[in-house]
Amino acid sequence: MKTPAKASSGTARKKQKHINYSKWGYVFLLPFFITFIIFQLIPLISTIYYSFFKYFRSGLKIIGPIFVGFDNYKSLFHSPDLFNYMGNTMLLWIVGFIPQILISLLLAAWFTNTRLRLRGLRFFKTVIYMPNLIMASAFAMLFFALFSDNGPVNGSLIAMGLIHQPVRFLSTVSGTRGLIIFMNFLMWFGNTTILLMAAILGIDPCLYEAAEIDGASSNQMFWRITIPLIKPIMAYVLITSLIGGLQMFDVPQILTNGTGSPDNTSTTMIMYLNNHMYSKNYGMAGAISTILFIICAILCLLVYKTMTDTDGTKNRTKKRRRTAHG
Amino acid sequence: MKKGRSIMAMLATAAILTASLAGCKGTPSTSKAPAKQTAASQSTAAEGKVLNIWCWNDEFQSRFNAYYPDVKEVAKDKSTTTLKDGTVVKWTINENQNNNYQNKLDSALQNQASAPTDQKIDIFLVEADYALKYVNSDYTMDVKKDIGLTDSDLANQYKYTQDIVTSKDGALKGVAWQATPGLFVYRRSIAKSVLGTDDPTKIQESLSSWDKFNDVAQKVNAKGYKMLSGYDDSYRVFSNNVSSPWVTGTTVTVDPNIMNWVKQTKDYTAKGYNNKTILWDNKWTADQGPKSKVFGFFYSTWGINFTLEGNSLAKPVKEGGKEEVGNGIFGDWAVCQGPQSYYWGGTWICACKGTDNAGTIKKIMKSLTCDKDVMKKITTETQDYTNNKAAMDEIASSDFKSKFLGGQNHIKLFAEVAPKIDMSKAGPYDQGCNEALQNAFHDYFNGTVTIDKAKANFEKTIKTKYPELTEVKWPS
Repeated sequence: MKTPAKASSGTARKKQKHINYSKWGYVFLLPFFITFIIFQLIPLISTIYYSFFKYFRSGLKIIGPIFVGFDNYKSLFHSPDLFNYMGNTMLLWIVGFIPQILISLLLAAWFTNTRLRLRGLRFFKTVIYMPNLIMASAFAMLFFALFSDNGPVNGSLIAMGLIHQPVRFLSTVSGTRGLIIFMNFLMWFGNTTILLMAAILGIDPCLYEAAEIDGASSNQMFWRITIPLIKPIMAYVLITSLIGGLQMFDVPQILTNGTGSPDNTSTTMIMYLNNHMYSKNYGMAGAISTILFIICAILCLLVYKTMTDTDGTKNRTKKRRRTAHG
Repeated sequence: MKKGRSIMAMLATAAILTASLAGCKGTPSTSKAPAKQTAASQSTAAEGKVLNIWCWNDEFQSRFNAYYPDVKEVAKDKSTTTLKDGTVVKWTINENQNNNYQNKLDSALQNQASAPTDQKIDIFLVEADYALKYVNSDYTMDVKKDIGLTDSDLANQYKYTQDIVTSKDGALKGVAWQATPGLFVYRRSIAKSVLGTDDPTKIQESLSSWDKFNDVAQKVNAKGYKMLSGYDDSYRVFSNNVSSPWVTGTTVTVDPNIMNWVKQTKDYTAKGYNNKTILWDNKWTADQGPKSKVFGFFYSTWGINFTLEGNSLAKPVKEGGKEEVGNGIFGDWAVCQGPQSYYWGGTWICACKGTDNAGTIKKIMKSLTCDKDVMKKITTETQDYTNNKAAMDEIASSDFKSKFLGGQNHIKLFAEVAPKIDMSKAGPYDQGCNEALQNAFHDYFNGTVTIDKAKANFEKTIKTKYPELTEVKWPS
């Protein structure tokens, strides 16, 4: 420490300190921005850039890059594949997400309810989170083995006398899609439950106490207090799950051996992109990722808007402001 | 200040540690170098210390470790093999499926020129399905001119094994240690119960054409067995007897004979003659095991020793089982030629441009693909069919018996069909086309799509896989 007596003027010292602090702020922000620019922004821009080029490998020869304008996009929109695969992706996500959010909500409500006095909460929390710790590809391999024609599931069903012929899960549309949905559900409902529990625990207990005194039923408390107050977290869960769902890849890829079988009904957008990487077709793959990026951005904005707009307080303040302005 | 000092101290220790680590790494290689040089100087000048070999399974690796005379020791995890002159062979194994091996190899080849010498690929293996892609590129070296094998070294190899790896301008770009004629492998016990005999010549008579084959399939089915395991089993027999290659110019031509496979397989599936398996899946593997009710498999030479033998055991070798009669269905097999001659697979050794181990590569190629005694030893010990006419003819006329095949001398049969192999229709697109066609039609066999939808799906996959291909022609 320097002697305080020698300091020239108080204001100058204050200024210096102030500058120093903000400088460190930027320094600490720097690693994020550097990694973001190198690993996210530059690849993003180059992906969009290459989507306007004919650029692939034919055997060991590299063809291109030749600028072709919107040709890649045109050929994508001309074939029904893009819409089919987008439909597959959305279907696989939505059908998995609805039971996921419902069950997570129910579990979160139970787990946080002090009246129920559930035993072994920690144990259950760990167990439901467990599937999320396994790598998705390993999980898919496991299911592939479990549900194969001569796998243990068929084996035990036959042994129990429920069926006589093995069920060929992976050669039917509903079987394959069902397994993918089930796996995604299993992997993510624990994670969602924990997030929602955190949200519910963050609600001021006074509100419940007051409601109880006013004679509200637990049903009323859940719908009138819990649900409105965890909406921001619900929006977060919905958006992250939507992004994850649109980028669904490893589970269907490994379960169907990359074919999206039967008849491409479980081919997702990223699998479609990956198919183009067979010939390192950066042009087409780039175009698909750009489209996916735009769809993702639009959907996220939409979700964000609707979730935050219905939030009572914000609306009220807006209205108040409007009335104040005349 | 105190904090600053401790950080300085930590940095210093870190520096010392890394230096010492670097020292550790450095010492053995420097101490080894002179010893190695004296050994190497006798044969060739300045050879690299590391020999990088790229392949897609451990078949060549196990042959190399067992039969290359200069092998000194094999690492416990098998990732490296040390040769007597100190050269370390590094194995890079990438699975074949969905073009994975080729994609990884292609990327590595493109970096070949700039890679440090010890990381450059020295040898890579290719399969018949895509050999031409590499043969006609600059990444493969001329076996005669660059490596130095002579015509007399290569004289005993089957001609087709050289034809397929000969480039457009006539340079031989690879060598194979095996020839891969295909046969039909069947279960003796099932043959006896259905046809009353298990004698290969009599079975061959009743399977000598597709019509006869279908008749037998019906009989087999009537007794509660399955003729074939799955959809892809007979594929190679049809796809090898086509009248044109897959791709000419930018047009994909589906041969009428491939549609015959579709027809036959759909028919077999409807009638319950097969077990609805897919090549290499675990049910297919199980169908080769002790509990199976499948009559037979179309298998090439390597399939018998590399795949079928292991699958047929009740107690695998890994768990202490022995390859002997009594363990599972070992010995219950026999081979016959089947309805049509065909080949399946085959592996070629290519020397990669930019290698610093040309001398070692020459030695490896010579001893593993030209040396009659080594070839003979491989065949008698592993039952693999090796690429040496003289050696094979010798075994064919000897009293060699395969215990696995119930005492049959299958080499004799292979020796008869090997010269008939015709690879003139092979092309660089074969793997992608075969895989795509099989996958597209699995849905048709499963009944989820119509035949037209399956065709459309094949077209779609091909055009995604190979953007340069523009048209798919179907037989009318």
